[in-house]
Amino acid sequence: MIRADHISKTFDGRTVLDDISVEFDTGKTNLIIGRSGSGKTVLLKSLVGLHDVDKGNIFFDDVCYTKLNFAERKNIRKDIGMIFQGGALLDSSTVRENVRLPLDLFTEMTEGEKRDRVNFCLERVRLNGADHLYPSELSGGMVKRVAIARAIVLNPRYLFCDEPNSGLDPQTSVVIDNLIHDITKEFNITTIINTHDMNSVMEIGEKIVYIHEGHKWWEGSKDNILEADNRELNEFVFASAMAKRAKSVSR
Amino acid sequence: MIALFENIGRYFMLLGKVFSRPEKMGIYYRKIWFEVEALGFNSISLTAIISAFIGAVVALQMAITLESPFIPQFMIGYATREVMVLEFSSTVVALILAGKIGSNIASEIGTMRITEQIDALEIMGVNSASYLILPKIVATVIFFPLLTLFSIFVGIVGGYAIAYLTGIMLPGDYIEGLFYYFEPFSIVYALVKGSVFAFIITSISAYCGYYAKGNSLEVGRASTRAVVSSSVTIMIFDLILTQIMRV
Ligand SMILES: Nc1ncnc2c1ncn2[C@@H]1O[C@H](COP(=O)(O)OP(=O)(O)O)[C@@H](O)[C@H]1O
Ligand SMILES: [Mg+2]
Repeated sequence: MIRADHISKTFDGRTVLDDISVEFDTGKTNLIIGRSGSGKTVLLKSLVGLHDVDKGNIFFDDVCYTKLNFAERKNIRKDIGMIFQGGALLDSSTVRENVRLPLDLFTEMTEGEKRDRVNFCLERVRLNGADHLYPSELSGGMVKRVAIARAIVLNPRYLFCDEPNSGLDPQTSVVIDNLIHDITKEFNITTIINTHDMNSVMEIGEKIVYIHEGHKWWEGSKDNILEADNRELNEFVFASAMAKRAKSVSR
Repeated sequence: MIALFENIGRYFMLLGKVFSRPEKMGIYYRKIWFEVEALGFNSISLTAIISAFIGAVVALQMAITLESPFIPQFMIGYATREVMVLEFSSTVVALILAGKIGSNIASEIGTMRITEQIDALEIMGVNSASYLILPKIVATVIFFPLLTLFSIFVGIVGGYAIAYLTGIMLPGDYIEGLFYYFEPFSIVYALVKGSVFAFIITSISAYCGYYAKGNSLEVGRASTRAVVSSSVTIMIFDLILTQIMRV
């Protein structure tokens, strides 16, 4: 469980997050949705501590993360996996080295154990043949899959994904969504995903938070999002024709 | 002006982060070797070309200006050596490498910043400043003095070559001049300058890249800023070190 308690964040006097309180559940794919520029990335980065919030507290299970110092946070960070929007793979390292790096830094595994663990993770994202390639030689979908493999290599308890399927074709997007969903269930992870893709919302939105201009506007799940009576959310949801049709069918 | 002090403050805070205890030494050794190759070995040819030509030009200039029956010919070799050791091989080579290595470091680290690679390291719990910057600093601070020695040697050989090829002076006189009134401390002075300048170039350029934000345009600006700031700082420290270590 991850909980934000009345958090606010401003950049140079401009409020980007305004008094947001929300709880994300363990073992579920929790979605943060909203238009571009609504503050999703800032919220995600605030939750993991890449931005310091100005007000409010963040809890990882029972630990108040915001009150910890740098060294204490490190312990929690080992339990965090994160998938960045562009993948954020290290350009100068191969796929294998990228996935292996957390093991090199934080475990006392032998070479053999590391190799097995990396192989397991690469296999989990179906990338075993690509381990010697460099990030520039990969397709967009492969980059995302390597990023997932790297994020899960240390068996994280919390997984953060910033627009995991931005820039991917619809088919690949579904593959990535399902992969994240399955991993979440398999290892009982608290997963938080930023997205503005309605396909993902209807596919894996077990818990959904709608952010509008830095405010939490709505909270629910894929089962009741089509019935929500919030004007901004409706505009967002029904911007895509697919969702419109889904609604007319459900009536 | 306020911005300047703000930058200096942030620069020293970054240095503090860079020199805090590294995660695992084993990984650092590997990275240092990698950087010695990337930043050091790859600068050898540029250094060689420029040093050879400057050595030749200096010797030639000396031969022309010192053409007088009252000045012994070996002064040409002597002057060439002094120019290479005291100023050229440490300072000018540093300025040239500020352009090559400085822009390289700033754009590499800047790109890592804007593509969130630095965030990714931080999330893993890695001290990104130390992980990315420390190996570069160690590699250049160790390697630059060697590069300085190499530059002195090549420059002097360049001078000899021009003496030999043009016949404008006797190679024997040139060599005699090389050993005339030699102060070994001046070599120490050149080596110290090499190390200090290496530190300046690497740390300032890394700083410019580390705090880049925005898009690729900003990375370009960061890399320009790195070259300009480190060049100016090198000149300031050249003055200070010359004053402190006066031979
Ligand atoms: N580091 C930053 N400094 C200043 N403003 C920022 C920074 N990061 C994001 N913002 C601003 O915060 C707002 C929300 O951005 P973001 O969270 O990236 O939106 P999105 O929902 O598309 O992910 C934007 O208006 C952006 O300009
Ligand atoms: Mg975003």
